[in-house]
Amino acid sequence: MKLSQNNRRLFKLAIGLIITASIISAPAILPVFRLNLLGRYLSLAIVALGVDLIWGFAGLLSLGQGIFFTLGGYCAAMYLQLNSSAELPNGIPEFFGLYGVQKLPFFWEPFKSSFFTLIAIWLIPALVAGLLGFLVFRNRIKGVYFSILTQAALLVFFNFFNGQQKLINGTNGLKTDVTELFGQMVGSDSMQRYFFWITALLVVLAWIFARWIVRDRFGNVLIAIRDDEPRLRFTGYNPTFFKTIVFSIAGGLAGISGALYTVQSGIVSPQFMTVPFSIEMVIWVAVGGRGTLLGAILGAVVINYTKSLVSEALPASWMFIQGGLFILVVTALPEGVLGWFQNDGPKNLLSRLGIARPISTYPSLEIDGKEEVKP
Amino acid sequence: MSKPLLELRQIFVSFDGFLALNNLSISLQPGELRAVIGPNGAGKTTFLDVITGKVSPTSGEVLFKGFSLLRKNEHHIARLGIGRKFQSPRVFENLTVFENLALAVSKPKRPLPLLLGRNINRYSDQIHHLMSIVNLQARASTTAGSLSHGQKQWLEIAMLVGQDPDMLLVDEPVAGLTDEETELTADLLKSLAGDHTVLVIDHDMEFIRRLNSPVTVLHQGNVLCEGSMQEIQQNPEVIEVYLGRPEGGNL
Repeated sequence: MKLSQNNRRLFKLAIGLIITASIISAPAILPVFRLNLLGRYLSLAIVALGVDLIWGFAGLLSLGQGIFFTLGGYCAAMYLQLNSSAELPNGIPEFFGLYGVQKLPFFWEPFKSSFFTLIAIWLIPALVAGLLGFLVFRNRIKGVYFSILTQAALLVFFNFFNGQQKLINGTNGLKTDVTELFGQMVGSDSMQRYFFWITALLVVLAWIFARWIVRDRFGNVLIAIRDDEPRLRFTGYNPTFFKTIVFSIAGGLAGISGALYTVQSGIVSPQFMTVPFSIEMVIWVAVGGRGTLLGAILGAVVINYTKSLVSEALPASWMFIQGGLFILVVTALPEGVLGWFQNDGPKNLLSRLGIARPISTYPSLEIDGKEEVKP
Repeated sequence: MSKPLLELRQIFVSFDGFLALNNLSISLQPGELRAVIGPNGAGKTTFLDVITGKVSPTSGEVLFKGFSLLRKNEHHIARLGIGRKFQSPRVFENLTVFENLALAVSKPKRPLPLLLGRNINRYSDQIHHLMSIVNLQARASTTAGSLSHGQKQWLEIAMLVGQDPDMLLVDEPVAGLTDEETELTADLLKSLAGDHTVLVIDHDMEFIRRLNSPVTVLHQGNVLCEGSMQEIQQNPEVIEVYLGRPEGGNL
């Protein structure tokens, strides 16, 4: 028996309130260094929401979300670099001088516009994800082959970005902390505070957006794709389009996340496209709770914050802790921490230990009223 | 006679040289109820796969309402009005009974209309009606995965009806059902014929007899004979390949 609708709602409300309260109070309590870390991890929550949409709901395990994350980061960084190079001799970012580049590569041009950049941050990753997704899904590639393919794509992008010194500074990446925005240094304390607020707001908006996506039948179609895709075809739905759309949405969210992460960490580089980082995104969602949305946010923020605290205290031990955490979740809490709570995990544990009364085998059926059929 | 709703002309399906369907020709009139029987490996399921677009035939033509179904995708064929129930019940296990039915009855099936203009309660009456037909009202908010085998069978039949297809292809609807449930299923299918064209595949002779419909016997990918249940049972060829087996070939 699951928690009753009311308890469930209260539980979610409580978690929501705790998160909101901690976000609002954070700038007052935390020193800027910690605040900045928290802001970064909050931005990672947005990419995790996307992973939850495609993996937790539609069952698409992508190991290549780093591509879209990094694309968003580069979009933001290119704008900032251009925006701060007006006084430079050529009017182009400084690093070009190292490679003897005199003229701005053509694809940099539109990033002079802030309007274009704000759109590009989510649209370019979404389009790339949509195109990649469509080609893969149309050919009915799924399961582990899809995962392998996304990882291969990640490596292709990684190697390409690494090698293009003359276009995007290759392996060095683009720095943003010494660039200027609205006449202020992006890396300055006051700017970082603004970014924190923007990130916090966008996390909430992204969460509302993701909830809107999975509400009602669209979300049910995604779950149906995960459960039995061929059956869905015979019901008259075309899974290819649904998967393409949701993969593209996850790509767009990853782009926003990457841009926010970039401005708060001061640099974007191909290192964002390494294989472990994209796998970590999946781990956050798995630990937080697949298909719960809120779990993805919690997973991303809590795991990363713990990571930085642990790494400060015991350098080099984090990888073991993270690996152990993942094994624990896969074996003991397959629904993730939040999923475990929602499915009466604590009660079951207590009853297994003989503390609480076990649940009766045949709980009385709730006779259906119309209001109970909400998803 | 009027134009057939579904017509298969000289269908061949070859899997690596093995002929699953061998020059199969069948036609169904609108409103007809037809039973198809045949021993294992006779090509019954492949025959449904060809109609629903899962398998494309090596040669031959499939016409539905006069249009060719060849090279059309499964979802496209489903939208044209052909619904299919699978051999083992296939429902969406992590969705509730209500949500399963909502997916079936939902008229918009494209992503954008579903995302923008949606209101699940619009279909509430229709879904409750479907649930009452198959006796699942009390289970509306139970996940389909926790239903019994028989209930899953019925849920899938209800989903099929909810799709409101012109033609229902029903593959072994009574496998694993109790006698009483089998009778009810037979009555349900009979009541659907007329408004819909129903094609039933099954092994269960009692059930087929109860349907009281023309029977087509498949053998080695071809039509062995057609006729009423009585005629079929007296046909020496049929007795040899199928009915002669112990337990009425209920394999």
